Amino acid sequence: MNAQRAGNKRDGRWLGLYVLAYLVFLYLPVLLIPLFSFNDSIQAAFPLQGFTLQWYETLYGNPALSGALLNSLVIGAIAASGATLCGITVSYMDLYGRSPLATTISAIARLPILIPGVIVGISLLILVNLIALGPSRVAIVLGHILLALPTTVVIMRSRFAAIPRTVREAALDLGASDWTTFRRVMLPLSLPAVLSAFMLAFLISFDEFIVVFFLAGTEPTLPLYIWSQLRFPRSLPTVMALGTVILAVSFIIAGTAELLRHRGLGAARRNTA
Amino acid sequence: MSTLIATQAPEARSSSGFRFAMLLPGALVTFLLILFALGLVLFLAFRGNDGSLLGVGLTVENFVTVATDPLYWTVTLRSLVIAGLVTLATVVTAYPVAYYLAFHAGSRRGLLLFLVTLPFWTSYLLRVFAWKIVLAYNGVLNSALIESGIWSEPTLAFLNTPAAVVVTLAHAYAPFAILPIYVALDMIPKSLLEAASDLGARPFTVFRRVVLPNSMPGVLAAALVVFVPTVGDYVTPAMVGGPASTMIGTLIQSQFGKANDWPFGAALSVCVMLVILVVVLVARGADRRFGSRT
Repeated sequence: MNAQRAGNKRDGRWLGLYVLAYLVFLYLPVLLIPLFSFNDSIQAAFPLQGFTLQWYETLYGNPALSGALLNSLVIGAIAASGATLCGITVSYMDLYGRSPLATTISAIARLPILIPGVIVGISLLILVNLIALGPSRVAIVLGHILLALPTTVVIMRSRFAAIPRTVREAALDLGASDWTTFRRVMLPLSLPAVLSAFMLAFLISFDEFIVVFFLAGTEPTLPLYIWSQLRFPRSLPTVMALGTVILAVSFIIAGTAELLRHRGLGAARRNTA
Repeated sequence: MSTLIATQAPEARSSSGFRFAMLLPGALVTFLLILFALGLVLFLAFRGNDGSLLGVGLTVENFVTVATDPLYWTVTLRSLVIAGLVTLATVVTAYPVAYYLAFHAGSRRGLLLFLVTLPFWTSYLLRVFAWKIVLAYNGVLNSALIESGIWSEPTLAFLNTPAAVVVTLAHAYAPFAILPIYVALDMIPKSLLEAASDLGARPFTVFRRVVLPNSMPGVLAAALVVFVPTVGDYVTPAMVGGPASTMIGTLIQSQFGKANDWPFGAALSVCVMLVILVVVLVARGADRRFGSRT
């Protein structure tokens, strides 16, 4: 048994090294973007040519860029609100609604995982043209609600499921209506998850390219702006500077969201114990 | 409806207004944006192209073209091979990471889980773009190889190849694969492993006979969440793949863009969904055959 445990530990060390190498593979290509964004050369190539902030300066006073940024922020905020609202209601009714309809809706809500982005994009393109909306910011919001829905449903469902059933039953037994129970008991208990779902839905929208490509009208989002700039070799350093800012913001938002989610779940476990 | 609710004691007070309000947002999104929109694609696939939004007539011509033109067979086959390779690569490389997380990580588990999921939330476009600057002719990899004296001439062999597409997609979708496998491994009761080794099974036998079968649902889930987005991808082939790496997503995209034949693009989409359906069914079958029996 002892020999086996020693072997187990040795395996663990080799696996640990592998995990380290894997993390390097995962992060290295992405971290090249910040590295070369400070490099004083138009080429992203070694050797590094010296430190500069000039590419970041080109980000200022660029009306096309700030317009795209504003678009992305507004679309992200609205789409994330919509997706979070749907995530909350769909998962709540799935768990407590006791109706086949609620279960069906919850199952369909997680379906977009099994549809390639290009097909989501074209199906919505046909739909928004049919309802005479056409490619527009509203169309993008609809697309992003759809794409973020599986995430918000999964997060909210696991949060609601972690709240002891007795809490909800106690509220109902004490005479609270469904609506009061939901608004005054279940929702406050899930607030960290709600915030987490909102932030992750915002990130999904903010970074999304595959679907937005079909649904954008005359006003591009930030990823579309980046895509349009990739054609010009001269603007690559600017794209890298912009990419660095986006990566930093994404890391911060995703990090906060994860912390919130785990704190929320941890608190729930303590409550049950 | 009301009699149905009345039979269930704690839900008896369930007001229909509450139910309606709570079901409405989800119902609108799922039925209108998902089911109806997909239905439109299916409908359009059986229409002829006359330049109007919903086409004209009722025809299977689109599917006949897909089935008879060797171009579509080549591209579909290539998409399947590329997506298959990407899926295999991501799942095989992710499995040891998930295994470490589940059984060896100890106090570092939270931090590591955080680190492997973080790239999941960064821009897909930027992750692909990173590979473009790595693989370019005067890019990072070429210049690094020359700088270190390994090679004397930059090579064109990296960018614009199907291999570049496989590497880029495998990197872009790597974080997708770890979590489902980890969840499956984490659910295996530790007592099961102890029982196996107490009964004299060697570590490899424990892995092969206990751990691997029990983690199959996670492996298959991981394979699906990697396979589905990669098989329809059009961004990566366009960025790093070159003309020899055209995938089925590229063809669909061009039908709704330059080629402007929406019904035909819809028919291609229906074919892709059928392929995915077959893959899902095969995965289900595999799950039933090799999966957990605990």
